[in-house]
Amino acid sequence: MLTFLISAIRLGMAFLFGSTGETITEKSGHLNLGIPGVMCVGASCGCFMEYIYLSHAKTNANAFLAILLPVLATLLGGALMGLIFSFLTVTLRANQNVTGLALTTFGVGLSDYMIAETGAIYSKGSRYFTLSLPFADNLGWFGKLFFSHGILIYLAIVIALVTSYVLSKTRVGLNLRAVGENPATADAAGINVSRYRYASTCIGCAIAGLGGLSFVMDYLNGNWEYCIDAIGWLAIALVIFTVWKPNVAIFGSIVFGALYIASSYITGVSFAGKEIFKMLPYVVTIVVLIFTSIRNKKENQPPQSLGLAYFREER
Amino acid sequence: MEKAPAIELKNISKSFGNKYANKNVNLTVNRGEILSILGENGSGKTTLMNMIAGIYFPDEGQIFVDGKEVVIRSPKDAFQYKIGMIHQHFKLVDVFSATENIVLGLKEKGKFNLKTAAGRVKEISDKYGFDIDPLKKIHEMSVSEKQTVEIIKVLYRGADILILDEPTAVLTPQETQKLFAVLRKMRDDNKAIIIITHKLHEVLSLSDKVAVLRKGEYIGTVETAKTNESELTEMMVGKKISLNIDRSEPKDCEERLVIKDLSCIDREGVKILDDVSFTAYSGEILGIAGIAGSGQRELLESIAGLQKVDKGEIEYNDPKTGKKENLRDKTPMQIRELGVRLSFVPEDRLGMGLVGNMDIIDNMMLRSYRKGKSMFLERKAPKDLAEKIINDLEVVTPNAKTPVRRLSGGNIQKVLVGREIAAAPTVLMAAYPVRGLDIGASYTIYNLLNKQKEKGVAVIFVGEDLDVLIELCDRILVIGSGSVTGVVDARTVTKEEIGLLMTKNKNAHEGGTQN
Repeated sequence: MLTFLISAIRLGMAFLFGSTGETITEKSGHLNLGIPGVMCVGASCGCFMEYIYLSHAKTNANAFLAILLPVLATLLGGALMGLIFSFLTVTLRANQNVTGLALTTFGVGLSDYMIAETGAIYSKGSRYFTLSLPFADNLGWFGKLFFSHGILIYLAIVIALVTSYVLSKTRVGLNLRAVGENPATADAAGINVSRYRYASTCIGCAIAGLGGLSFVMDYLNGNWEYCIDAIGWLAIALVIFTVWKPNVAIFGSIVFGALYIASSYITGVSFAGKEIFKMLPYVVTIVVLIFTSIRNKKENQPPQSLGLAYFREER
Repeated sequence: MEKAPAIELKNISKSFGNKYANKNVNLTVNRGEILSILGENGSGKTTLMNMIAGIYFPDEGQIFVDGKEVVIRSPKDAFQYKIGMIHQHFKLVDVFSATENIVLGLKEKGKFNLKTAAGRVKEISDKYGFDIDPLKKIHEMSVSEKQTVEIIKVLYRGADILILDEPTAVLTPQETQKLFAVLRKMRDDNKAIIIITHKLHEVLSLSDKVAVLRKGEYIGTVETAKTNESELTEMMVGKKISLNIDRSEPKDCEERLVIKDLSCIDREGVKILDDVSFTAYSGEILGIAGIAGSGQRELLESIAGLQKVDKGEIEYNDPKTGKKENLRDKTPMQIRELGVRLSFVPEDRLGMGLVGNMDIIDNMMLRSYRKGKSMFLERKAPKDLAEKIINDLEVVTPNAKTPVRRLSGGNIQKVLVGREIAAAPTVLMAAYPVRGLDIGASYTIYNLLNKQKEKGVAVIFVGEDLDVLIELCDRILVIGSGSVTGVVDARTVTKEEIGLLMTKNKNAHEGGTQN
């Protein structure tokens, strides 16, 4: 049971990164379906950096640098994907859905290449990421459950909480939400719509990229053998599941994580049955969509101009 | 007090594509003065104001604020020069509260605090006599409350040059009077106010000066005290037009539609229509008056078969067969076949009836695509129809192949109404067919409706300008909060009486039927 919960948390945090990033992006009115691709690219960049650093440093690798460098590479890779998305949809006014799906295809392809080229050789790097807090072992099951994780897990929660605060309590958050709800209004109020959309998409993608890295390093322990785009789709589903609230997503992500891996911990489930279990998070999301749509509460709806391009002089 | 010019425009031009929206416009507004801008539809009034507010950027010309030349590249620049615009379509975020909308986009020093902001909102609204709850969400507000939020928004930013784009289009007579009182108070506070409107009596009662635009060109500015309705109309249209509606006596009246105890419940379980009963006769125009969102839309949609009816009967007497039909059991398609036509012009003009991205011809075909004989679309007939409408109703468009969304609001409405009338209906329902239209276009539409009436069509006309309802209709049905509060004879009734009926019976869910 304990290992099940720990795994659920570790997997969940990968979802959390993705959904927090996507929430930030969607609050600006960008429906980025490229998140799976962004997470693949994030993981690829981080792993590649780790690979370079460790093969360069040989035996005297510094744990701090071994974490910092891949994280920076991931953030950069993710932000770059966000930049491509924004450039296409804001500057060139391309269709957001098509652009997003193109990014996904691109990201999946890149990560497949990375896997084929370097293989599952990140277990060494993974050890740095899964370094637990020193006092975790002294606190029994409690310590194992809450303090045995690597740094990215805590980072996910901190980012989700900060995002939640910024969105609801600060001027920047208010402006960002206005951009996503009604860009013409925001524009008339003197907010630079394009800048907000660019910034939120790049930041969102950078954060989502960390989800990919976290998944490979924390959950797979570096044994990256298959493509991780499913994680990205679940992260997008999680955004809907938690009605665009990153603080709710902290719990939602653990629920998703648990549902996703439940099959492995229940004995006597066939191979096909496992796939049914993996489907559960999507079923839950559809149920949530049904409920929010029936109740039709204005506050729980997606940003009003989600997926729509904005051009000031359009008549 | 010496009046100093607050804002001056010199030779401003702006074109979209190769079509001029504004050409060499000169304009001056002084402090402590209300200026009306008057013009036909598509004459570039809103475009001009948008250039002052920073939404559009002029191709040529200069703008002076307080005598100094300025460049306004964005709404932000406009705020800097203390210019605030209240748009015709409110620019508000639905899920935000009044205060959140008001402080949106501001860069104030200090910590972001909604409570102090709400306090300042209250201060401003007390100063000018507004009535608003700073924490109420926009989607729970009535139209006039939303407008109040818009006005406070620009005042909060310290604006002393205010531009209002058709502010009275959605208000009741009482609300309009209240707004005018506030505007006069602001004028006395030495602010400069520009108001775009097409209602002549408002121009005359409110403003100090009137500037007239025609087809993007500046015609001139006159002092309100020294002019009259017909002179202004002539300046606007370029020729003399008569402002009379020829109302003929209804003849050969027979019961066409009999509505009995009609009730509807919306998604939230609120009763939008409550036991509505009335009869519409052929050869007469039945007006429907009421505050926006009192159930007018649902009433028309129920008759057209687009709205689920919970209780009641809609009986239709078919003039061809003489048979009685119950429209409740029929699909919208069958109802259309019977000759019941809905020309619905909703709040946003493209929402229902027309497809914005399609051209005029294709929009004609939305109604006739089933008529073709072969498997390919028949384009000749709709093309002729489109051209006929463009000619008869004087639709301003480069050609029939222009996407409808590129036309100005009034022209879109002409296309819609023209198409529905072309189908030779027996019942014609028109909701707000002249919303946002200028005088010339409005009278074209009124005359079209009158012609339909003379042909023996039962016309149901939902309007917002009570003066027009009284002049055009034979009888007026007044609804308040979803129930009928009175049916009056349009020939004898006064505006005030209708105003009172509109607010009668106003109970529990005020504003709840908006959206």
